[in-house]
Amino acid sequence: MIAEFGAFLAAVALIASLAQGALGIYAREDARRAAAAKACAEIASVAMAGAFILLITLFVRSDFTVAVVFNNSHTDKPLIYKIAGAWGNHEGSMLLWCLVSAMFGLAMAHAHGNMSRGLWTRALGVQGWVSAGALIYTLVLSNPFARLDPAPFQGQSLNPLLQDPALALHPPMLYLGYVGLSAPFSLALAALIEGKVDEAWARALRPWTLAAWTCLTFGITLGSYWAYYELGWGGWWFWDPVENASFMPWLAATALVHSAIVTERRGSLAGWTILLAIIGFSLALLGTFLVRSGVLTSVHAFAVDPRRGVAVLVLIALAAGSGLTLYGLRAPMLQRATGFTAISREGLLVLNNLGLAVAAGVVLVGTLYPLAVEAVTGRLISVGPPFFNLAFAPFVGAVLLAMPLAPLLAWRRGDPKQALRPLWVAAGVAAATFVLVLIFGRKAWAAIGIGVGAWLVMGVASYLWVRWGRGGKRTLGRFFALPLAVWALTLAHLGAGVFVIGALTETNFRTERAFELNPGQTVAFANRRVTLLEVVDVRGPNYRAARANFRIEGVQARALSAERRVYDAGGAPTTEVGIAPSLTSDLYIALGEPSRGANAGAWIVRLYHNPAVHLIFGGAALIGLGGFVGLAALARRKRTALAPEAAPAQP
Amino acid sequence: MRKRDARLIFILVAGALVALAATLILFALRDSVVYFYAPSELAQKAKAGERVRIGGLVAAGSVSRDGAGHLLFTVTDGANDIPVSYDGQPPDLFREGQGIVAEGRYAPGARFAADTLLAKHDETYMPREVAEALKARGEWKGGAP
Repeated sequence: MIAEFGAFLAAVALIASLAQGALGIYAREDARRAAAAKACAEIASVAMAGAFILLITLFVRSDFTVAVVFNNSHTDKPLIYKIAGAWGNHEGSMLLWCLVSAMFGLAMAHAHGNMSRGLWTRALGVQGWVSAGALIYTLVLSNPFARLDPAPFQGQSLNPLLQDPALALHPPMLYLGYVGLSAPFSLALAALIEGKVDEAWARALRPWTLAAWTCLTFGITLGSYWAYYELGWGGWWFWDPVENASFMPWLAATALVHSAIVTERRGSLAGWTILLAIIGFSLALLGTFLVRSGVLTSVHAFAVDPRRGVAVLVLIALAAGSGLTLYGLRAPMLQRATGFTAISREGLLVLNNLGLAVAAGVVLVGTLYPLAVEAVTGRLISVGPPFFNLAFAPFVGAVLLAMPLAPLLAWRRGDPKQALRPLWVAAGVAAATFVLVLIFGRKAWAAIGIGVGAWLVMGVASYLWVRWGRGGKRTLGRFFALPLAVWALTLAHLGAGVFVIGALTETNFRTERAFELNPGQTVAFANRRVTLLEVVDVRGPNYRAARANFRIEGVQARALSAERRVYDAGGAPTTEVGIAPSLTSDLYIALGEPSRGANAGAWIVRLYHNPAVHLIFGGAALIGLGGFVGLAALARRKRTALAPEAAPAQP
Repeated sequence: MRKRDARLIFILVAGALVALAATLILFALRDSVVYFYAPSELAQKAKAGERVRIGGLVAAGSVSRDGAGHLLFTVTDGANDIPVSYDGQPPDLFREGQGIVAEGRYAPGARFAADTLLAKHDETYMPREVAEALKARGEWKGGAP
């Protein structure tokens, strides 16, 4: 009964979303229809929440009469992974997509600022169509509540690689980001349908964009961190199509976050912001298509039937097609530009946008080219890291080089001399870093990249110094009284610098080696002595494992263990790596298989030394934290805007 | 600056960036694209020194280690076998009788030295290239990939 009721609630949400879509688009200035659209958004979100809770209930109760539970759960699984199993599969994750979309509809219905009613109800209407499209797809082609007959006795379990705390959080975060981009998309389409934008519209756009971008940032970071410690390959980014699928919307959203600032603060670039919002959401849909259709040759991809792929393609065509058509028809009406020169904050933000958009295009080509070649010629090819290093890096590099300069330039017309003056320390440190890495590391690209990272970190410090000193002495009180928006920029840009330093250091100076070790044997690796003490059999809640205990001496002294697990529900063994973090690096041990033949009793052990790897995830987390603080800044601004006498001067 | 000038500069900069991107993409694609071959195609189609991917099933009973710790195994599509060596730990889902994709530089006559191994990611997924190659050889036993 639970499954049938869940499907019923999802159907209710679909009807409410359709009504929301129709009422929202045609409400115009009619207050009663607008109120009805709002009520529909409320019904849809409540029904979707109910449907999703029922799906989780089915997983918790291990109801194997439901196909998706049978395929992805098992009675032995710990409770937390039974719950996570609800979205760790195709059908459940699509239901989550619909839930998030409905929730964004609810939030949009209630948080509309001072937008004109026409813009607001139409944005709500477009959001209704987005929810409805996702719900039709979910209910028709990937119904999570479909029953099995006859019901099996035991489930097939969640892929053990996915039984992990980071991966329990990774899909919801990523989906919040993907689906979050539907909110700027809805606002953009509403503006195009209305043929006008206003200040409240530009103001409403920013929190949605920033929220979606922040979630995407954390979602990608979690996925990358999971790949690092769970897959046992020592790497954190593989330019795999599934990773690119989330990275392309992130690049577009990063551009959108910045152009939305210009649109709100200066009133210019409205057309470009709208175009980015359409592109961003289309790339998010494309990401869903790439991951969910099984078209990719990928270590990640899930196998599914082709009807789903075609259906998602139709949804992309509808969203991107209607968006771009409306854009072509209506964008010329939206100009309310104030002029600016090339050397101004707007000018550099346009450069940032162009660089990021081109970078996203490069990733798109690298991801889709193999599919196109196969469709046309039938040949199977793959595009790997060398492509992205050559074709992607220059554009992102240009954006990064300009990054410290932009916040120091004035709006409209900047004075480059005055903006560059505080940056000479940063330039000096960057040059020194470049020379030092070149001398000691002997790798030109690493030296350039780490030098750029130093430029970013010092550049943001210079920005903070200048902001602190503006309009008074640099006292401690004034330091802590700096506006939240300044801290948001500082954290996000600092995170970018830290990330660049970490990524370039790790990829250029990592070492890895495989050993065949007998218990008691010691090997030298990365200024450490690593001894395999013993390999013991251990029993976990739902797996058996061979656990190798190591002793590490040298620059680090500690014990460490790594496991090779076989889950009771079946499947191949998985590695549980041992990681010994130090201040500057990770020592990373993956236990392989037992040796065969002459060397029986020994084990294959793979050792990795990953310098500066914390900076990669730490930097990415700082970027996300910057987004979070930015949201707080926007929320506070909204409150102070209501009490004008308390409003502080904006930076 | 007048609005028309600003737009002209924008279009020129954007055009230059896109042209640069197109050039880099074409250049990079020529050098870094990796073709996929089934074991039966490798000897006829691949050029010496080319980076290639080969895919097929890990032949039963073929997995061993040599003295230097290299993993040795044979990739087969039922008609032809390719001996492969790999310096490292295979992916978690690497097993005899399973689909595998190995990437490395092709040297005619020598054992194929792979530097990357991709195994299927979960119980139901097989690298698409492997499925296609096996279907073409009539070795396919599963359902739709």
